[in-house]
Amino acid sequence: MRILIRGARVIDPGSLDGRMDVLVQDGRIADIQPEGVIKARSGNDTAVYEAAGHILTPGLIDMHVHFREPGQEYKETIASGCRAAAAGGFTAVCTMPNTIPVNDNAQVTRFILSQAAKSCGVRVYPVGAVSKSLDGKSLSEFEELKEAGAVAVTDDGRPVTSSLMMRRAMEYAGGLELPVISHCEDLALAHGGAMNEGAVATRLGLSGIPNAAETIMVLRDIALCELTGARLHIAHVSTRESVRAIREAKKNGIAVTAETAPHYFTLTEDAVRDYSTHAKMNPPLRTQQDVDAICEGLRDGTLDVIATDHAPHSSVEKNVEFDNAANGIIGLETSLALGLRLVDSGVLSLTGLIEKMSTRPAAILGLTSGLKIGAVADITVIDPQRVWTVDAGRLQSISRNTPFDGWTLKGKAVLTVVNGVVVFEQMPKAE
Amino acid sequence: MHKFTNKDILEISTLSVEDISLILDTADRMKEISERPVKKVPTLRGKTVVLYFYEPSTRTRTSFDIAAKRLSADSISLSGSSSSMVKGETLLDTARNLEAMRPDVIVLRHPSAGAPHILAKALDASVINAGDGMHAHPTQALLDMLTVRQHKGTLSGLRIAIIGDIAHSRVARSDCEGFVKMGASVILCGPPTLIPKGIESFGVTVTFDMNAAIDGADVIMMLRIQKERQSGFFFPSEREYARRYGLNLEKLKCAKPDVLIMHPGPMNRGLEISPDVADGPHAVILDQVTNGVAVRMALLYLVSGGTRNADSD
Repeated sequence: MRILIRGARVIDPGSLDGRMDVLVQDGRIADIQPEGVIKARSGNDTAVYEAAGHILTPGLIDMHVHFREPGQEYKETIASGCRAAAAGGFTAVCTMPNTIPVNDNAQVTRFILSQAAKSCGVRVYPVGAVSKSLDGKSLSEFEELKEAGAVAVTDDGRPVTSSLMMRRAMEYAGGLELPVISHCEDLALAHGGAMNEGAVATRLGLSGIPNAAETIMVLRDIALCELTGARLHIAHVSTRESVRAIREAKKNGIAVTAETAPHYFTLTEDAVRDYSTHAKMNPPLRTQQDVDAICEGLRDGTLDVIATDHAPHSSVEKNVEFDNAANGIIGLETSLALGLRLVDSGVLSLTGLIEKMSTRPAAILGLTSGLKIGAVADITVIDPQRVWTVDAGRLQSISRNTPFDGWTLKGKAVLTVVNGVVVFEQMPKAE
Repeated sequence: MHKFTNKDILEISTLSVEDISLILDTADRMKEISERPVKKVPTLRGKTVVLYFYEPSTRTRTSFDIAAKRLSADSISLSGSSSSMVKGETLLDTARNLEAMRPDVIVLRHPSAGAPHILAKALDASVINAGDGMHAHPTQALLDMLTVRQHKGTLSGLRIAIIGDIAHSRVARSDCEGFVKMGASVILCGPPTLIPKGIESFGVTVTFDMNAAIDGADVIMMLRIQKERQSGFFFPSEREYARRYGLNLEKLKCAKPDVLIMHPGPMNRGLEISPDVADGPHAVILDQVTNGVAVRMALLYLVSGGTRNADSD
């Protein structure tokens, strides 16, 4: 079976940008030629897509998702998460280890991979826990995790409170060339807060989390990164001060990378008005000044990656009092369209967006990516003009906890190909 | 006459100036009922009022209960510990079950900010917020406004000093909204640790100097300081707090001669307010309690039996 995608603007950051035909065969990219050069063979073994006006990119990678399997399959399974990823244009995802049980050992990693193998085809790269049971007391067995398939380690959802343990984790992971992903939060300073600290929290009578609760830990981890020489990746950056700290660290040659999530460049704390629990996440939505700084950080390269922090929760966790509601929102199926808003508003070029959603995360995790003849065919085709309305009830994810329900967005993945196989299709095949 | 169209009383900000005036005027008339030898009128006969208190409360719950009974409504009191909350039922499910028994008004006290809003959205019954977390306590603000209006004749142009733990106080937030809305100026005072970020957006000013707050104030509202706050590093000791922010006769010397001293209760005598001030000639603290019943009678009447229903007849 061959796939021929004709006439799309093919963008591979740093190497390709132009209208081309791409031929996929036997799981690999068999040919890339200027538009009109590749002919469909006679016979019916080639699926042909006319993609003029579309954009063809290396498969998008979301390096920060929570699939709830094992343990909370009513929120999301690996299969449903993979379907959501495919529908969002993602060919690969990195799953965070805070499942039940925690992915702190090879058995859980292998289980996740075996469930992924039975899913729609989207690649799943498990991230192992830094500490056993995420309890911050003893290190997980990183080597065995890596052997089983883990691509990084993190205690995401919880910070590693002990600076000593974080140092050792970074040193030890560095020896295995595993990046350490850090959820930066000073728990004592955050003090169980429910939203961003400031006028909105004061008006709503909710306890606030100051920006400094994040930034203090960003600064600590940058210091430990400098000390250890390990590779540090900061998860879900939400504050202007964190952006400043990471920018400064990069200027000084420290091996830190960082991600932010679409909600941190799209929404402010104002979304919490009316006690909307779909606007409750950790870190919390911040102010417009922070949103502006996040955008600037994306623009100038301080922030390397856009990742969703896809965090499915059911109405059991969300349809409750605000301070009792779980943190987090789903994001896989809205991420690309929200990212394209940054292109529309001039924050990022299209190429810049694709870097942040595909090639940069691949590089950080040591994954192969890119559109070359002979390369593995992980491809996303985007219709940048497709206008659609988010309907939480009709997303692929089992959960519906999105603040973007009802939003009209522009731009959508219409074809997702993993390993040469179509895993999501929303464009017609040519006759 | 102004028509009262609010289904719920959730916070002061959703009430108009006309709404507040109507509530206070109605409360003034209700006061008389409590002076009669037979303190009961048939106005709300056949109405059911559920008092649902997830948090302990003596004053507010009793006040609502008496208010309902003086208007001949049937009131049922539920507390958090006796309710199905302890059996793991969600607030929304509990409320839906209550609604299925067709109450007319649900009065809710809840530790989570926004809990009454969840109820109000889901239910046909009127919801009155009797205090939600650190968010709002609108009936307290209304009785405070009533008390001040009775003594000063007006609210407009007055200077109200609110002193103490502003950060954790739903009373302070609702008082700020109410007094500012009615044309008074509000100055907040307390240690910086207990002044919440962005409170100026309520249209109030802030000082950390108690004398500056008292100076020229027509009303001094002292807030309860919770002794637990000491362990959260909000202030070093009760001793230092009382010294710096406790109201005593010495500090009162720089106040206006006709100043009103108020306190939403319960008081920590000797901590935020000295006994001689609490019991002194400026204190109207028990008037507040009396007015609480009148305000709650007015609200029960307006949301369940007053002009709102008359409109649809």
